[in-house]
Amino acid sequence: MENRFREKLPLIIGGGIVGIIAVVLVVLGNPANMGFCIACFIRDIAGAVGLHRAANVQYVRPEIIGLVLGSCILALGRKEFSPRGGSSPVLRFVLAFGVMVGALVFLGCPLRMVLRLGGGDLNALVGLVGFIAGILVGVVFLKKGFTLGRTHKLSAAEGVVLPVVNIGLLVLLVAAPALLLFSTEGPGSMRAPVIAALIAGLVVGAIAQRTRLCMVGGLRDVFLFKDWTLVSGFIAIFAFALIGNAVTGKFTLGFAGQPVAHTDGVWNFLGMTAVGLGSVMLGGCPLRQLILAGEGNSDSAMAVLGMLVGAAFCHNFGLASSTEGATLNGKVAVVIVLVVMLVIAGVQTRRQKA
Amino acid sequence: MERIVVDARGRSCPEPVILTKNALEQKAAGYEILVDNRTALGNVSRFLTHAGKTVKVEEQGEDFRILAE
Repeated sequence: MENRFREKLPLIIGGGIVGIIAVVLVVLGNPANMGFCIACFIRDIAGAVGLHRAANVQYVRPEIIGLVLGSCILALGRKEFSPRGGSSPVLRFVLAFGVMVGALVFLGCPLRMVLRLGGGDLNALVGLVGFIAGILVGVVFLKKGFTLGRTHKLSAAEGVVLPVVNIGLLVLLVAAPALLLFSTEGPGSMRAPVIAALIAGLVVGAIAQRTRLCMVGGLRDVFLFKDWTLVSGFIAIFAFALIGNAVTGKFTLGFAGQPVAHTDGVWNFLGMTAVGLGSVMLGGCPLRQLILAGEGNSDSAMAVLGMLVGAAFCHNFGLASSTEGATLNGKVAVVIVLVVMLVIAGVQTRRQKA
Repeated sequence: MERIVVDARGRSCPEPVILTKNALEQKAAGYEILVDNRTALGNVSRFLTHAGKTVKVEEQGEDFRILAE
């Protein structure tokens, strides 16, 4: 038993630090319960480079750059940088696109869902139940032999593309912000100082690389193997965000009037179902995809690109929810996404020989 | 009773662990699981240890051979 606790300790410490940093970022200027949101921040970056024109959600979030580079630097230092990929890249792009649609209908990635819970937002609890439902469906396919195929070792050049793109984004942000579109109002205008956000990203990226922290992997391992190691990070983030919010007076329990959230229960549920199912199929939540991309995994880099394009489509076609609730287009899109994911899951599941 | 070999190289987690779990369901004297990354190495080793197996790891170039019995 003691040994099992020792396995969980790095995740509990790491998750705790992530939870605290998330609250600090909100104090420093990020939108409420949005110290980190991988989906929202990738969406903001899509807007900053003009892939969509939703004026209130455009900014190059240094947190994302930090996450990728923090993971990359630590992986290089620990000789774990390993360029690989080639496991159904286009299917991964499509799945990640769908994960982004689900996340923007709910209004948050799994990490923000936990942070919203820590802020007392009960809509996130509905989202969590939907998320678990999606993971359970994914686990059924995994047990039946679902796979996106083997990865292959690739060149270092392939592995460094996404980290280099992020260095480029950082240079643009610091040296030529006039080229980018930045929100002057709305969530995109609410931001922690660049240096604080970048450092926060680097630290969390390194922690997540080291501990392999993953929101979806944690719950998946519980259902698949009754292994509570990975999910303990998830629980620690919640606990420390809760404490942090209580201390800074940002905890408000309830459904109505929660920051950057809506009360449309069915679509909070189904949006997160799509995120859970798609993430299980991708092998990790949006945060984990960023971290793996930093380690040189080009399958995850494809997933990040899929999320980027998905985010742009969400705002160009009115799929993303607002605080008013889900849109008709968003509801139709989530249903289509779920059907597409199930078709891909079915096609990619081959019964394994006993 | 022979040894069961599982080649999980190139598989992303959790697939190596699922393959290992399936292998354990067939009783054998020993198991040999091949993986090519440290995440899979950690996850498979942890799973085998929790299943009450004695685990040994051999590095083979960039791959790892996990022996359990």
